[in-house]
Amino acid sequence: MTNNGTRRPQRVVLLGGASEIGLALVSALDLPPGAAVVLAGRSDERLAAAAASLPSNLDARRVWFDASTPEKHGAFFDELFTDQVDVLIAAFGVLPRQTEAEQEPMRAVDSLAVNLSGQVSALLHAANHMRRQGHGDLVVFSSIAAVRGRRANYVYGAAKAGLDAFACGLADALRGSGVHVLVVRPGFVRGRMTQGMKAAPFSTTSAKVAAATATALRGRRAVVWAPSSLRFVAFAMRLTPRGVWRRLRF
Amino acid sequence: MSSRGVARTFAGWGRTTSSISLSARARDEDELAELIRAAPARGVSSRGLGRSYGDAAQNGGGLVIEPFRPDAEPVLTGDVVTVSAGASLGSLLETVVPRGLLPPVLPGTRQVSVGGAIAADVHGKNHHVDGSLGRWVERIVLIDGLGERREVTPAGDPDTFWATVGGMGLTGVVTEATLRLLPIETSYLRVRARRVRDFDALLSAMRDSKPARYQVAWVDAFARGRSILEDGEPARRRELPDGVARHPLECQPRTRIVAPSLAMSPLRPRVVRAFNAAWWRRADDGERVVPLSRFFHPLDGVGEWHRLYGRRGFLQYQIAVPDGAEQVLERFVTTLPDAGLTPYLVVLKRFGPGDDGLLSFPRPGWTIAADFPSGDPALARALDEMDELTASVGGRVYLAKDSRLRPDVLTRMYPELPRWQKIRAELDPLGRFQSDLDRRLSMR
Repeated sequence: MTNNGTRRPQRVVLLGGASEIGLALVSALDLPPGAAVVLAGRSDERLAAAAASLPSNLDARRVWFDASTPEKHGAFFDELFTDQVDVLIAAFGVLPRQTEAEQEPMRAVDSLAVNLSGQVSALLHAANHMRRQGHGDLVVFSSIAAVRGRRANYVYGAAKAGLDAFACGLADALRGSGVHVLVVRPGFVRGRMTQGMKAAPFSTTSAKVAAATATALRGRRAVVWAPSSLRFVAFAMRLTPRGVWRRLRF
Repeated sequence: MSSRGVARTFAGWGRTTSSISLSARARDEDELAELIRAAPARGVSSRGLGRSYGDAAQNGGGLVIEPFRPDAEPVLTGDVVTVSAGASLGSLLETVVPRGLLPPVLPGTRQVSVGGAIAADVHGKNHHVDGSLGRWVERIVLIDGLGERREVTPAGDPDTFWATVGGMGLTGVVTEATLRLLPIETSYLRVRARRVRDFDALLSAMRDSKPARYQVAWVDAFARGRSILEDGEPARRRELPDGVARHPLECQPRTRIVAPSLAMSPLRPRVVRAFNAAWWRRADDGERVVPLSRFFHPLDGVGEWHRLYGRRGFLQYQIAVPDGAEQVLERFVTTLPDAGLTPYLVVLKRFGPGDDGLLSFPRPGWTIAADFPSGDPALARALDEMDELTASVGGRVYLAKDSRLRPDVLTRMYPELPRWQKIRAELDPLGRFQSDLDRRLSMR
């Protein structure tokens, strides 16, 4: 957030404009009155509801954006960046039901088109524009699922692992350009996306993830785990012998 | 062809909000005009010595033009000097002081460029007597948005002149200026320091007694506004102590030490509180004769002192409020410290009548400047409130210090903004002059 001496952004873009975590982060950023918030997504109805949920002193706008049609991203981002963007939050994503994805491989592919290809396309476009404007923050939502593929959600995990690797590389590539990338690795977040699922250990809420992310942004950190204890869990996960890992049910 | 195309990170003196741009230097006015005509989409901004605290002299994603001919010799005719816009006030002092002349307006540091000083219409500790810099500028040379050279005087083209003085560099690039100087007998001041026990006493002391030509109060916000009030008069030759009387016009400003680059700031509330208390105890209520640089530019004794605030940088908040709005000033030593937001350094001064600069900061009454370490989210909200309060009493924020004001508040603080915008559009019809400050505050 480079555009204000108290580190408050003036124009924020939320890709996945109805995302609970994304909206919680917009609130946690403590934007100055009058700041512009661009909510981008496919369903105008849900974007309208999202806009209504934001504080009324923000200037919320809605634009159509579809992550799964990357051929249209060029025009979308050209238009978006006619005014400068201080923070871009890439909060869109889908959580495929693992069993359905196994039975219908196209479902798995479709989820990758959003969670991985769509993210890569959007982030590259945004990074190029931010490089030209000389400043900006990109917020990328990875996941604890990116740490190690597990049988209960390896399709989702594969997309997040790919995205995590991509985002870390992008962060390094942007070093010195004035553009900063924050990789957020939340645990199981109770909310709309995980409705009807049994909560995993170390589960958290959108508001908690958002608060941790906002703090990390202010401090220009590279990675934030939410909850912060997850970094040790992730370490343990990597060390777990495969035979044991396979048998774990969570 | 001028050198161009080097990507550099630019930040203000407060180091809170850097951005990256290409930087270029022009050797003469033709090259400068060429750079302006070839402006990239995100425009050009001219930069002096980077002493604006916020984002006035940076232009993320665009082009930043480095100081114009910083080493050109000033040309002195009588008590009038013509100086290159890229030259520093410090170098000007070194030329004119030994000849018995002084720039009438000296801001808190000598490390500012003449162009930057005009763009911010800077004021000094003598504003209540001598006004701001614009009053002393007889002529400027301005390269406008089409690359055309204009010689501008306040009488010949008042619109261009008063849009440029205080115009934050957004009407064109000033390449040289002609300034009127004040005759001085010595390069020393007689300074009388008074210790004032609290803020109320300070306000009445400053309001009720006739101030000297130069006056400033250093306020300790950790101690409820306990202050040291300094009044300075130019020293006459016969008033100098014997040791220095033989070199009455000596001008040897020195930077004694340079602050190191630090990741963590050593400045903590407890440290600053102790330092301020020691400073108070050390001060004596007497009159001394001191070199002008020690009075005008005490902080210049430590090079790069802004580094002491660490990597996160700091924020200086300076406002002007009219007489009768003292309750706004009091907040710096009451409300803000009570909320855990104690400014480390507070400076209070009187302002006299303002000049005709459309965006010039000074207006009659008071000005107060406070330094805060950056990074506390509560500070953002507290200063937003201060903005509202300041606007509601007819006050304003100093743009040269600003990095966080909001566009809607700006229009209330600077009622002449629409007129300035109109003149700006005439001088730069293609919108080539831009800066981060300009974009943040939607000044076009």
